[in-house]
Amino acid sequence: MTFLQLLPLLFVLAGLILYTVLAGADLGTGAWQLSTRDHGLRSRVYDSIGPVWEANHVWLIFVLTVLWTAYPSVFAAVCITLVVPLFLAAVGLILRGTAYALHGASNGPDDHREIDAVFGLSSVFTPFALGAVVGGIASGRVPPGGGGDQWTSWLNPTSILVGVLAVVLGAYLAAVQLAADAVRIGDDVAAAAFRRRALASGVLAGAVAVGGLVVVHADAPRLFHGLTHGAGLACVIVSVLLGLLALGLVWRRRLDPARFAAGAAVAAIVAGWAVAQRPDVLPGLTVAEAAAPTSTLVAVVVAVVAGGIIVFPSLGLLFGLVLGGRLDRPRPAEPAAIPAGRRVRAGLLGRVALACFVAGAGLTVFGPGPALLAVGIVLVLAAAPLGFLAALPAVPEESR
Amino acid sequence: MGGITALAAVDQHYLDQARQMQALSFAVHIPLVCFGMAFPVLVLFCEWTALRTGSEVHLTLARRWSRVLVALFAVGVVTGTILSFEMGLLWPHFTGTFGSVFGLGFAIEGFSFFVEAIFIGIYVYGWDRLSPRWHLASGIPIAITGVTGSFMVIAVNGWMNHPQGFRIVDGRVTDVRPVHALFANTFMWHEFVHMYLASFIVAGFALAACYAVALLRGNTSRYVQVALTIPLTAAAVAAPVQVLVGDWAARTVAERQPVKLAALEGLGQTTTGAPVHVGGWYSDGEVHFGLPIPRLLSILAAHDPNATIRGLSSFPADVLPPVNVVRLAFQTMVGLGLAMALLAVCYLWVRFRRGRAPRSPWFYRAVVLAGPAAVVALIAGWVTTEVGRQPWVVYGVMRTADAVTGASGIPVGYGVLVLVYAGCAAAVWWILRRLAGKPFPDRPSEVPEEVGTT
Repeated sequence: MTFLQLLPLLFVLAGLILYTVLAGADLGTGAWQLSTRDHGLRSRVYDSIGPVWEANHVWLIFVLTVLWTAYPSVFAAVCITLVVPLFLAAVGLILRGTAYALHGASNGPDDHREIDAVFGLSSVFTPFALGAVVGGIASGRVPPGGGGDQWTSWLNPTSILVGVLAVVLGAYLAAVQLAADAVRIGDDVAAAAFRRRALASGVLAGAVAVGGLVVVHADAPRLFHGLTHGAGLACVIVSVLLGLLALGLVWRRRLDPARFAAGAAVAAIVAGWAVAQRPDVLPGLTVAEAAAPTSTLVAVVVAVVAGGIIVFPSLGLLFGLVLGGRLDRPRPAEPAAIPAGRRVRAGLLGRVALACFVAGAGLTVFGPGPALLAVGIVLVLAAAPLGFLAALPAVPEESR
Repeated sequence: MGGITALAAVDQHYLDQARQMQALSFAVHIPLVCFGMAFPVLVLFCEWTALRTGSEVHLTLARRWSRVLVALFAVGVVTGTILSFEMGLLWPHFTGTFGSVFGLGFAIEGFSFFVEAIFIGIYVYGWDRLSPRWHLASGIPIAITGVTGSFMVIAVNGWMNHPQGFRIVDGRVTDVRPVHALFANTFMWHEFVHMYLASFIVAGFALAACYAVALLRGNTSRYVQVALTIPLTAAAVAAPVQVLVGDWAARTVAERQPVKLAALEGLGQTTTGAPVHVGGWYSDGEVHFGLPIPRLLSILAAHDPNATIRGLSSFPADVLPPVNVVRLAFQTMVGLGLAMALLAVCYLWVRFRRGRAPRSPWFYRAVVLAGPAAVVALIAGWVTTEVGRQPWVVYGVMRTADAVTGASGIPVGYGVLVLVYAGCAAAVWWILRRLAGKPFPDRPSEVPEEVGTT
């Protein structure tokens, strides 16, 4: 196995960790949505995920696309065997996204309780289904060539454990985040309520994770061996320590650092799974066998690095604005700042647009050869914005 | 077994249901894509006008539209995620065999989507929080990434229709050159330009239709007039251009996919000076009950009234697409497209010659119809190219029947998906009705003052 064959898998893993932490917390808010009838708390849930939820969910698309480009046969095998839970997760995502969009068009919580109920239920259901998928892969129930059992591949002890763990961990991350956000905006009632939830769900998550080792020992001995030896064991220990640290920080009301510690603890669990499963991606299928040809791997790595150069500063800007509270409070209104430019006469602009259109049409239809065709297309396309500006009436004085 | 797959081939009785399931998911997603590409441009134009002129109406419009924009984007994110799931759930042999060739396009599209999602968050939640200039600037990446994302997806579709950048040796895909496969492909350009213009026609007419309803009901406030004029003008300048781009697309198809061209017309026999039939039904190698226009197909496809066009019978029977579906979809798209272009020319004529908006209520009734007509034409256009590609998933290389999953229970999944989408559509309709009567406040502290219909 070369490093190039492994690198995209590390990207997938990083994406999966970020999805688990960011979208997990995002999905986890739905559980708390269900837990209360209090208007204020429900409102906090929507407000806190508002600016970030779309970005959080794109990590899943990142994971899927890099996986099917760099390890197409792995993606196909997983989809063939785990078709049912993946489909259920997809349905959950549709319902949740639609409920969230509908909420955005309604007048806040209590306006449509049905919407909140769908949002909450699908927020619990979706991470369970995705966790069950991971459990199926981790316990070696996905044969590389397809043809695993459609039901026992995800209705088995490990899958159910990972599904429950995904729900509980998400809820825990969400509670910590909601509490920290409530502190930031000075909502003490909500902060106290979510802190209580964070402590309870944190203890529960730890219990499920530790108790789960017994289940894994019985159901997936290979995975258990990986998690209790070498680097896998190190990940588990790191995760336990970080989890305890996070709980302590929540207890001491240090919520901002707590959210990072809790996120890191969850990240360590996902990394532990990956390490425990080495060197096979699927039973009997190594990374080297699964990897796409070199040219594709190079293209993927270049695309991910180039994309990362754009995405990470943008994400930094978004989270900086959110965590800094810049998107919480309106700033005082300022007068419009852009001076009016010199107006081109609409009539002239219209004639130029028409000339572009006619000349472009001639070249597009009758132009010999691709070069003139391209010029024609560019001309007709240029006619559209010119015509748009020319055709719009000027903004009259009385509306200023 | 036919074709090539990396995994064991399967026997799937429900191939048609799997295709319909994919088509349904796609039909739900693609109008949202149009809004993702064109709507940010319109919102930014409003905000830019407001900053330039101090117009309160434009500012209110930009604020309200940005709330609609983010709701549509949110649904677009999930419907798009469903499509990526289905790439594996329904067509694992396609993705498993050719993922290394075409997957790069989707990976880059993922990044585009990412940047779009990030800046939509900043833009929509940044009203009154960022300075006006920075707020406007934060919207520009949304408009750009809407284009780059769809460019990538269409690059993949162009590759499926005109595969290149790999070789098949002993049934295995080798010599993979993904960059060449996707971006040196001359088949994607007409598809991309056609789709980009379509996005303005769909979003423009759909928005204009909402405000035309308000106008016809007697709301002639300045708000409604501005809200009607901007999307209507955008659609009106795009519609005539689309006719030319469509002609270019048809000529490319004539050159590269002669079977598809023959199916578009229902041309049974190879014909010199081939006609076009408007309407009618294809069976037994000819079009029945259609209105023939002599030599038009030869003129359109080859610019020569005496050109010879290959008929369906000159191709093996097992490479023919379902002719009537393709033909009906094509005629629907062209018919509606021409009607919308005519409406657009009427509008632009009145605008330029008389210097005002049209006054006839019939014009606005036509605009109300143009909204749904644009969506129908969009979907019909995709049916034309995608059903016209059948029976291939990778044109001439892999059959759709070899790509499908072997999973049982496709009809169940299909039924569930239909129910879910129907439920979502009903919910969206219900909330839009409520909103029409009770618009949301423009600023957090503000109560709705003016009647505005969205």
